[in-house]
Amino acid sequence: MSKVLIVADYLKGQLNSSTARAVACAKDLSPESIEVLVLADDAASLAEAAAKLDGVTKVLTVERPENEHPMAATLAPQIAAAAEQGGHSHVLGPNTTFGKDLMPRVAAKLGVAMVTDIMAVHGPYEFERPIYAGNAVVTVKAPDNQVLVASVRCASYPAVAEGDAAPVEALSLDVELPSHTRFVDLETHGSDRPDLQTAPKVVSGGRGVGSEENFKILFDFADKIGAAVGASRAAVDAGYVPNDMQVGQTGKIIAPELYMCFGISGAIQHLAGIKDAGTIVAVNKDPEAPIFEVADFGLVGDLFKVLPELEEAISK
Amino acid sequence: MKVLVAVKRAIDYNVRIQIKSDGSGVVHEGVKHSMNPFDEIAVEEAMRWKEQGKVEEVVAVTIGPDACQEQLRSALAFGCDRAIHVKTDDEIQPLTAANVLKALAEKESPDVLILGKQAIDDDCNQTGQMTAALLEWPQATFAGKVELEDGKAKVTREIDAGLETLEVDLPAIITTDLRLNEPRYLKLPDIMKAKKKPIEDSSLDELGVTPAPGLEAVKTAPPPQREPGVMVESVEELVSKLKDKGLI
Repeated sequence: MSKVLIVADYLKGQLNSSTARAVACAKDLSPESIEVLVLADDAASLAEAAAKLDGVTKVLTVERPENEHPMAATLAPQIAAAAEQGGHSHVLGPNTTFGKDLMPRVAAKLGVAMVTDIMAVHGPYEFERPIYAGNAVVTVKAPDNQVLVASVRCASYPAVAEGDAAPVEALSLDVELPSHTRFVDLETHGSDRPDLQTAPKVVSGGRGVGSEENFKILFDFADKIGAAVGASRAAVDAGYVPNDMQVGQTGKIIAPELYMCFGISGAIQHLAGIKDAGTIVAVNKDPEAPIFEVADFGLVGDLFKVLPELEEAISK
Repeated sequence: MKVLVAVKRAIDYNVRIQIKSDGSGVVHEGVKHSMNPFDEIAVEEAMRWKEQGKVEEVVAVTIGPDACQEQLRSALAFGCDRAIHVKTDDEIQPLTAANVLKALAEKESPDVLILGKQAIDDDCNQTGQMTAALLEWPQATFAGKVELEDGKAKVTREIDAGLETLEVDLPAIITTDLRLNEPRYLKLPDIMKAKKKPIEDSSLDELGVTPAPGLEAVKTAPPPQREPGVMVESVEELVSKLKDKGLI
């Protein structure tokens, strides 16, 4: 039976919902136990949140001043040690930039191969994962005689609900940490809007939006329907919006219930980021735009005319 | 300073891939291959450091069959001084690639090993981090900006929450994100000059690397298709459809 260890992803003292999505993937392994590992300088409230996730059997905490700013170089040795000490068969992390940076370092520390972006579980060592920007899905079998390290494609799994609180246990690890990597600064584009990766509704703009100023129309519309705002690579490249708003193969891969995109033509790299959306709405001037091939509802039109009409029609 | 830049040959990003009907993989025959775009950004970055006088020598490396020489020649055309081709006809997975890069790093002693954050074929996003772990070097992944200083580098990383800046001691591993730079167009004289630059052949055996146990690909299939959608004629129609589904 599998014993799963999940590395908690968090930001500014809040557990990221990607952790609850990784738990959902772990449940598909029908494991004997699912333990969440919280590495932080102050782990209490994070551990409390992780303990409530349905399916979690125990939360392990490691509190060290070096964990104030999570960095792969310092976290990986602790995770490898925790997995060895705990006899875990599986070590999972989310495929957020946190997990993408960290999990391969953990795998190599343990001397094992890694599965990136699990999108479906066939068995404890057999998984589906996307390749070629999601244009193909490969079923892979990992060696069953070694620890399985993997990242979970968050868009493939809904977050687990909250359940009864699992016990929390402080873990003591005898690991020396390197000092060769130092945190300098984190610049976030703080906004009151919902988080792009977890929002049930996302409004997104492309090159067709035309300018940074014009993006305001999209932001206003998003606020009206309570949506997060994303963008295509073209819009980010043109400097209309910051990089962390990019949706697609190399940006964020999202699965909102409603994805409404305006002025996005639909390059395959962008489509890779929205394939799991519930309903896709596309508005574009060009009737030939590839986005219409994947849209559930397509409307050929000028976004600057359509958006005000939409706002009005929705308020009715 | 000396820089090692690792490049991978991959199906060109403009190609719409074909999946073999027997599910055994993706069609490579007769398909245009290029340098993985993220690795091209890594080569460009190394060249800029050289042009700024921060770096004396840039060595390009790749692992793969004879055809990969094409990508090494491109790297040399960018301005890399020499190249190392670790020849193999076997499929090389990230952990084995990382072991090869570790052996090369130990042989060449670079101050920086730079490579793309992921290859656009297997989308693994593992090799840089694994190499850093094996060498016990710092890693700065998803770099959007790099400032090389004496004995250290300040790297701004593109992460989900925004921009994170780390300071790492050298030697270090840096993986590139999309916006670190815009690679130059190669000019014919540079392509001609690259033909005369040396490419040293090597092998896993020579580097003392045994392939690590990896993942076995059982089946490659097209992704699940979305149900075909409908075109609506007006905003009213769109809104009524969304309201029917309870989405707004």
